[in-house]
Amino acid sequence: MTQRRQNRPPHSPSPRAADRGRVRFDRPEFGRLLGGLAAQGYQVIGPTVRDGALVYASVTSPDELPVGWTDEQTGGSYCLKRRNDAALFGYTLGPQAWKPYLHPPTVRLWRARAGHRELDRLPEPAADPPKYAFLGVRACELQAIAIQDKVFLGGDFVDPWYRRRREGVFLVAVHCGQAGGTCFCASLNTGPKATFGFDLALTEVIEAGRHYFVAESGTDRGAAVLRDLSTQPATPAELAAADRIVADAAAHMGRELDTRGLKELLTRNYEHPRWDDVAGRCLTCANCTMVCPTCFCTTVEEVTDLTGEHAQRWRKWDSCFTTEFSFIHGGSVRASPRSRYRQWLTHKLATWYDQFGTAGCVGCGRCIAWCPVGIDLTEEVRAIRRSDGVTLAQQLTA
Amino acid sequence: MRTDLDPRGAEATALDPMAVASYAVRRLKGETDDTFTLELQPVDGAARFSFAPGQFNMLYVFGVGEIPISISSDPLKPKTLWHTTREVGTVTRAMRQLKPGAVLGVRGPFGTHWPVDECEAKDVVIVAGGIGLAPLRPALYRILAQRDRYGRVVLLYGARTPADILYRSELERWRARFDLEVYATVDRAMSGWRGNVGVVTGLIGRAPFDALNTVALVCGPEVMMRFTVQELQRRGVRAQAIHLSMERNMKCAVGFCGHCQFGPWFVCKDGPVFRLDRLREWLGKWEV
Repeated sequence: MTQRRQNRPPHSPSPRAADRGRVRFDRPEFGRLLGGLAAQGYQVIGPTVRDGALVYASVTSPDELPVGWTDEQTGGSYCLKRRNDAALFGYTLGPQAWKPYLHPPTVRLWRARAGHRELDRLPEPAADPPKYAFLGVRACELQAIAIQDKVFLGGDFVDPWYRRRREGVFLVAVHCGQAGGTCFCASLNTGPKATFGFDLALTEVIEAGRHYFVAESGTDRGAAVLRDLSTQPATPAELAAADRIVADAAAHMGRELDTRGLKELLTRNYEHPRWDDVAGRCLTCANCTMVCPTCFCTTVEEVTDLTGEHAQRWRKWDSCFTTEFSFIHGGSVRASPRSRYRQWLTHKLATWYDQFGTAGCVGCGRCIAWCPVGIDLTEEVRAIRRSDGVTLAQQLTA
Repeated sequence: MRTDLDPRGAEATALDPMAVASYAVRRLKGETDDTFTLELQPVDGAARFSFAPGQFNMLYVFGVGEIPISISSDPLKPKTLWHTTREVGTVTRAMRQLKPGAVLGVRGPFGTHWPVDECEAKDVVIVAGGIGLAPLRPALYRILAQRDRYGRVVLLYGARTPADILYRSELERWRARFDLEVYATVDRAMSGWRGNVGVVTGLIGRAPFDALNTVALVCGPEVMMRFTVQELQRRGVRAQAIHLSMERNMKCAVGFCGHCQFGPWFVCKDGPVFRLDRLREWLGKWEV
């Protein structure tokens, strides 16, 4: 137990972080940041433009970043647009989050050969996962990683697959310079400014013909990476510009979620007619759970070859929106779409508090943008709050 | 979890929660038409399998899959492991075809257990429905092994038909004891049945126990448990003295897969045995 705790990745910056101060480096220096991370053996994963969306992928040069791109998001809609500058991080969020890198969609748990006297099990993982540096992590995504840390590392059991990927990840946060149409991190106090869990945090500033980054380190290794760059102490004017950008993002959240008494509100409205209403729109397609940076559910599949001599156990992402998810002999516990949507929403915003001490939602808004019918969880909660305590019978007779 | 019942495998499982141990089928015993018991022994011969009554294992059939099944053997005889299950899906169908000597993978034991120590000096009422008797049998073995530590011990058992009565010969043996009250009932009788007809909750009202000094252990279909706890509470048994074993879909047994959630609980690690007062607000709800 003690050893596991020590192995847990750091969640918060060291106390000295605040003293280190913030520095400035100019846009041309950015390539050296990438080079410096690569030189330390990190595979840098950052935002790229692919298939009309921002996708986190391997990045070796700043040219591969979404230079001059931004995104527009609203319920059921996501679209890339050109900016009139050459910002590297001038967008809000892609669909994908960092989850696929830490909690991959498919993992082979083990392989086995049929044995006469015992199961000849060949454990996984055989090879070490890459040592990643995540570039452009948003504040909400840092919170999402902290939430999954609790799920996979914080209990009596530790998930070895997650731990091996999570340990040693270098996190370069970039504070948001704009809030998306589906963002509500400010409501959940998870952004838009990254406050913990990063090695480096950057603010990208483009104004008055200048393009630079204000940087702060959260860890010693972050400070070491920064030392290898050509930096200047940030001037009060530059710091003010950086702070203004983040404050502006905070003031322009596209969505809002009133979290007052949220758990109690949803728990006491477990039979609210709004669940029927949303079930009438929900396709139970599971998109929301796939793009959600905190959804962690998986299933296990058994794969055998034609000889029947070799078997593999694969763990795959799963979703509470499928009927198979809750299947026990005789049928599914959550047979109706109503109960499945309710399970997802109340897990995120109510029972997650009981299980892990925080909301399971970070306010990134992905589930809103990537819902094919534009269901908006903030609107569903608002509707329940508006008619708190209403029963179906009352609604029918109203 | 009680230290005297702490399972041996917990340490190894914490390091690699997916690690399986090889067990050989010693015997496969048909129970009723659609239920059977697997008797398993560790392949390495020496190992003892320590568990607490009410815990479960994940059983893996090579090339087919893995499922949770409660342990139904005697915790004081840890050399063989019994699992009783119903043939309902791919894995249990494959299990029923296993021949003596066939090898299974076992992970566990997992989950919370029946509070048998808390039952001491009290009356114990065990209410089981159908195959719900399987996870209760280890508790009964434990109690009968130290019978003088408990007050009255009552087993109330309900099955669909006389042919569906699980562990029938054992039930009949228990019924013959002077220190154990066994009442059985069936939903539908057939010719030759001279016993009770009706749901198991109907037995609670006239069962001999002191409600204020009783611990109740309940396992069966969820709807049966809902009515059972109502009846027990009507008799005056406090919610804190009623314990239920819940069932949900499970893939991992260690809280990672999310399948077994029941409100705020993960049935695999917070359960399967729950005290009623912790579950109460969720037990009455549907499709949770």
